[in-house]
Amino acid sequence: MRAGRIVPVLLIALVVSAGSHGHADNSARVYDLIAVVVVGVAGVVHWLVTKWALDGVTLRIESGLLRRDARQLPVARIQAVDVVRPFLARMFGLAELRIRLAGSSAANGRLAYLSDPVATDLRARLLAVHHGVDPATPEPAHQAVAKVPTGRLIGSVLLSGGIVFIPLVIAVVVLVQVSSTAAVVVGSVFLTYGIGFVQDVWHRISTQYGFTVAEAPDGIHISRGLLGTVAETIPIHRVQAVRLVEPLFWRLFRWCRLEVDVAGAVGREAGGGRSATSTKALLPVGSPEVARRLIATVIPYPQPQLSRPPPSARLKAPLSFHFLEAGHNDVLATAVTGRVRRTTTWVPLVKAQSLRRIEGPLQRRFGLATVHLDAAGKRVRAEFRDRSLEQADSLMVELASLSRSARQEEQRSRNLPSPGVAWDRPATSPTGAVAGGTAPAGWYGDPGGRHDVRYWDGVHWTAHIRDQGVAGTDSC
Amino acid sequence: MRAAPNVAVMADSSIEAPWLSPSSRLWKMRCLEAATVGSLVALVAGAATGQKGAIPGLLSAAVALGITGLALWFLRRRFRSWSYQERDEDLVVRRGVAFRRLSVVPYGRMQIVDVTAGPVERLFKLSTIKLHTAAAASDARIPGLEPVEAARLREQLASLGETKAAGL
Repeated sequence: MRAGRIVPVLLIALVVSAGSHGHADNSARVYDLIAVVVVGVAGVVHWLVTKWALDGVTLRIESGLLRRDARQLPVARIQAVDVVRPFLARMFGLAELRIRLAGSSAANGRLAYLSDPVATDLRARLLAVHHGVDPATPEPAHQAVAKVPTGRLIGSVLLSGGIVFIPLVIAVVVLVQVSSTAAVVVGSVFLTYGIGFVQDVWHRISTQYGFTVAEAPDGIHISRGLLGTVAETIPIHRVQAVRLVEPLFWRLFRWCRLEVDVAGAVGREAGGGRSATSTKALLPVGSPEVARRLIATVIPYPQPQLSRPPPSARLKAPLSFHFLEAGHNDVLATAVTGRVRRTTTWVPLVKAQSLRRIEGPLQRRFGLATVHLDAAGKRVRAEFRDRSLEQADSLMVELASLSRSARQEEQRSRNLPSPGVAWDRPATSPTGAVAGGTAPAGWYGDPGGRHDVRYWDGVHWTAHIRDQGVAGTDSC
Repeated sequence: MRAAPNVAVMADSSIEAPWLSPSSRLWKMRCLEAATVGSLVALVAGAATGQKGAIPGLLSAAVALGITGLALWFLRRRFRSWSYQERDEDLVVRRGVAFRRLSVVPYGRMQIVDVTAGPVERLFKLSTIKLHTAAAASDARIPGLEPVEAARLREQLASLGETKAAGL
């Protein structure tokens, strides 16, 4: 199927070359044909020799004809299983599984291509085995949180970049009346930017189209895409920081964007020792209420009390002073910065990488300093901007010791033997919510009390139970 | 009898670790760098303007040398601003004159410790240590370390990073 992507291109090239050459050059056409056949055969062979098997605790993937590549993916180390359907694969009802492991990204597995139902089934089985339950356990149903309407998506994309074009369009219109040569110059500039802009808009719309966010026990599920679709999971414990971005024009409509920074690979071994983090949109455009709900899911901590910089900061930052806010509690640091693009950043103290205090020449005049709490990634930080010197000094001490104790606490809880991980998270019984029928499917405390947890399928209690991580069945 | 050493240990650990500074050879290295660049600029400027007469040539060379002097003054202050402290849980690096920066990097967060020595640094038998964390912004860099100190610091940081390592 990978070759399938190349075949149509070659076919088009073949048709084009045949059209241009006419009857003159037959040998060129033969070579083109050979190229198409070779690529096609290579694709089929690649597909034929790719084999996979799930035996209890490992997923084995074997591929390659000449260079055999056999991969053993330990199911216990699986971070997430993404289902990706590129455009062409989707037309044939195929899907690709991307298995992300804890640890280096080099060890990640790719299984291309499976038929749609097989891919979905394998994903459910992998996750069930990963969480130590019967492989036949159905994947817990997701609870949809938000879906981005297409109109709003297009509007938001146009508003974030299209505004620049209004003066250009006016300039062209005005100049056409005055002088045609100037209009041509401005028009060509307009065209150059226009092409880039259209490409950007298309890219953003086609990748974020039909964006759906859902909550599940193992993280946040996202599905999106216009031509090719992606279904991915963001494991909550991999989230390093969350950002709420409110650009100037979006604020008119009370729109905002929610981004998360996710640790891809931890690794001395991966990528020269640098840890790869990626920024993902958790909500490309949405209302603050939905954003707040997602934030509460991704960062399950109490929100800190925010405070403003001292009045002397008004002189140093006259424009953005009214927006600057920051605060922290024992587990979380939050900071608001920016006048045009108002950005609110949440960094859990457990995820803090380093702490910096910066005092510029202008700040020194007003007795101010800025404290950065860095999280993994590029420019990911909670910025306590323009704080008084005493406050900055105490922040440096407090944040350092709080993040240290948060880290130690996390390590202690990690060393404890715990049955299963995220699958069991909602430990409270959903029975209270049964009347409304709203409790999401998942593992909950056994209502009968005979077992540790029992699977709730969203409507009924099932026979699937677990005791100290060991799966079993017992009807209730 | 047994209590006494414990008290001593406790008192010892509560004492702040000393602030250390780069080797004084770093200052000599900066002097050499500035003097080389400054005198080259002065030569070129003097030669270029010297064609119009001796006085403008000497004048422009003097201006270039004056600027070099100013740069040296600034470099001196910057050299003196570098200092670092090894605390129990983290490394603290202080630097900067106009922009004063203070970085705190927990040992548990260090991913790699880079020790580099450029050609000029090698001439002065100095090296630079740089700590990398998963955050691109955390810039804990200590220049101008003598070989013994650099090796000690590297070993120390590596072993502390090993014992206190925390996952993402």
